[in-house]
Amino acid sequence: MPYVSPWREPVPSEGTMGEPRARGRFGEYGGRYAPESLVEACREVEAAFREAWADPGFRGALAELLTLHAGRPTPLTPARRLSQELGVRLYLKREDLAHTGSHKINNVLGQALLAARMGRRRLIAETGAGQHGVAAATAAALLGLEATVFMGERDMERQALNVFRMRMLGAEVVPVTTGSRTLKDATSEAMRHWVGVTGDSHYCVGSVVGPDPYPWMVREFQRVIGDEARAQCAAELRTGVPDHVVACVGGGSNAAGTFAGFADTPARLTGVEAEGAAGAARGRPGVLHGSHSLFLQDDDGQITPAHSIAAGLDYPGVGPEHAHLRGLGRARYVTVTDDEAAGAAIRLARTEGIVPALESAHALAWVIRAAGDGELAAGSTVMMTLSGRGDKDISTLKELL
Amino acid sequence: MTNPTLAAGPVERHLRARRDTGRGLLMPYVTGGITPGWTDYLRAFVAAGADAIEVGLPFSDPTLDGVTIQQAGDTALARGASTRRILADLAGIPEPGVPLVASTYYNLVLHDGSEAFCAALRRAGVSGLIVPDLPLHEADELAEAAAAAGIELALLASPSTPEPRLAEISRRSRGFVYAVSLMGTTGERAALAASAAELTARIRRGTDRPVLLGFGISTPDQAREAGRHADGVVVGAAVMRRVLDGAGPDDLRAFLATLRRALDQECDAPR
Repeated sequence: MPYVSPWREPVPSEGTMGEPRARGRFGEYGGRYAPESLVEACREVEAAFREAWADPGFRGALAELLTLHAGRPTPLTPARRLSQELGVRLYLKREDLAHTGSHKINNVLGQALLAARMGRRRLIAETGAGQHGVAAATAAALLGLEATVFMGERDMERQALNVFRMRMLGAEVVPVTTGSRTLKDATSEAMRHWVGVTGDSHYCVGSVVGPDPYPWMVREFQRVIGDEARAQCAAELRTGVPDHVVACVGGGSNAAGTFAGFADTPARLTGVEAEGAAGAARGRPGVLHGSHSLFLQDDDGQITPAHSIAAGLDYPGVGPEHAHLRGLGRARYVTVTDDEAAGAAIRLARTEGIVPALESAHALAWVIRAAGDGELAAGSTVMMTLSGRGDKDISTLKELL
Repeated sequence: MTNPTLAAGPVERHLRARRDTGRGLLMPYVTGGITPGWTDYLRAFVAAGADAIEVGLPFSDPTLDGVTIQQAGDTALARGASTRRILADLAGIPEPGVPLVASTYYNLVLHDGSEAFCAALRRAGVSGLIVPDLPLHEADELAEAAAAAGIELALLASPSTPEPRLAEISRRSRGFVYAVSLMGTTGERAALAASAAELTARIRRGTDRPVLLGFGISTPDQAREAGRHADGVVVGAAVMRRVLDGAGPDDLRAFLATLRRALDQECDAPR
C-alpha cells in the first residue's frame, strides 16, 4: 500500500523554514554528528556561509552566475494538455531547463563560490544519478577549481552518460565499491576522503543532508526555486498561491528549495518519495552522515539499502528539515512505485513534449494518482517542481517501453 | 580539588595503575562477531599483554573507518552479528582481567536509547565506550546515561581540534582520551603521522588522564615511537587485516606480543 503521512491543520507556518535553531537543529532533528576531525571544518563552512550570505557582494555574484551561466530564472510552464486530462491546473517549475539539466546547479554554484572565497582549490562531491556530480564538475570548471566526485559503481553503470560528462568537464570520478554501491556509500566515501583533505578541499554536499550547516545552506542555495515559483504563481494565478506544491524527495534538496518559497502560504506541501527509498514516509529516527533524521533501518539499527529506479532518490534517509516538516505536519510525504514513475515520465513526454528525469517523474506520478482518486479536487491548482530532464535515464526507460 | 584517581571509573583506574608502573599501554581492537569463536581473540589479546580491549559493534555505514575495518564489519554483519548477540557472547565468557571498551557509531546507541544501550553494555561486562561520530557538543545525553550506568565514555581528540575545545574534551572524557593520530580514517599507514606527537603534547597540557594514540599504528616501530609521546596505543586495522586473512588467536597473540615488547623496550629506554 502506498504510504501517506498526514497533514495537520491548521497549518503551522510561522518560523518554519527559517534559520535552524542553535546547533543546527530543525526541531529535534539536524545537528552536527561529525567525527571530531571534521568538526572544525564544518565550523569553518558555517562561519564562511553566514558571512557570505549576509554579504550583498556574494549574493550579487551568485545571482549573476545563476543568470548568465545557469540560465535562471527558469520558466513556470502550464501543462495544458495534461491538466485537461487530469482535471486540475498543473504548473511545472522547469528546473530541467537550468544549465546541466537539473536544479543541482543552484546549490553547486553557491558552494563553489563559497569554496573559492574560503581559499579552497578543490571540490569533493558525492553523486547518485550523476546530476550533482555533473553540476559540481561544471561549477569547478567555471571557477577554476578541481573536482573529485565519488559515485557508486552500480550508479556508474546505470548513469554512464553522466560519468562521461563529468570526465569531459575535467573532474575525477572515483568508483565506490562498498556496501550497496549507490548514493549512501558514495556519501560515506566522500566524508572519509574529506577528513584527510580539509585544508584545501571543500566538501560540496549535494542535498539537504549532512552535518550542520549543510542542510540549512543547501536549502538556502535552492530557495531560488521556491522564490521564483512564488513570484511566478503570484503573476499567473488568480489566487496568487497554488493550492498544492509538490516535489520529489531523495535527500530532499529540490523539495526543500521549493517548499521554502511557500512555507508561509496556505499551500499544501507534498514531498514524493520512491516506494523503496521512503526515508521521510517510513524511516525511523537515527543518525547517519552527520545529522539526526529519519532513516530506513532494520531491527538491529543497521541502515537498510534503498531501492529505486531513480538513482537520485536511491537514498535510505531524508534531510533533517523534512523530518521536522513531517513532524509538524507542515508538509506530508507520500510514496509512488517505480512503475508509476516510469508511466508518468512517458505520459509527460507524450502530452507536453517534456522528458522528465525519473526522479521528477515521481512527483508527477503522485499528481496523476491524486487527481484520479479525488485527493486533488477538480480545478485545484498544483505547482510541481520538475527537478531535472530525462536524457540521463533514456537507457533505463528504453527497457521499460 | 578532588583526587582524579578516586573520581575515576574502573577503566581509568586500571589504565592509570598500569601506566604508573612505567608500562606503555596496549589496547587491541577486535570486531565483535567476526568469526564464530571470536571471543577467543580476547583471551589471546590478554595473554599477549593487552591492558584493555576495544570491541567493535559493527555498523552498516562506518564513515570513519578505512577499508579493513569496513570489511571486518561487513563480514561480521553478514554472519548475523548484532549488538545484542555480541553482548550476549561477551556476557558468556569468564572475566578477562582487563577492561572491555565497546566502540560503535551513534545510530546503534540511539536505536536502543542511550540508557538501555549503556545498561546492556554494563550487563555484558563492558566498562568503556567510544562513539567516533558523536563529538563533544552532541555528547551530553549519552555522557549522562553512561555515567549513570557506570560506563566510561571516552571522547576523541583530533589534530584539527582547536585549543579551548581540546581542553574541554580532555576534561569531559572518561577512562582515557582517545588521540586520533592523523587527519584520516582508520587503517594501517607506513609511518606514524607527525601530527601524533604534537596532539599528544597538547592534550597532556590539559590533563593527566591516560592518553591512547590510535589510527594508523600497525608495527612495533610505530608502537615504540607512539609510546614516546602517549601513554599507549590502540591497534585496530593491523589486527583485523590479519583476522580477515585467516589468522587465528595464536597468530594474533604472537603479533601483539611484538607490539608489547616494543612498548616495554621504549619504557625501559633512558629518557
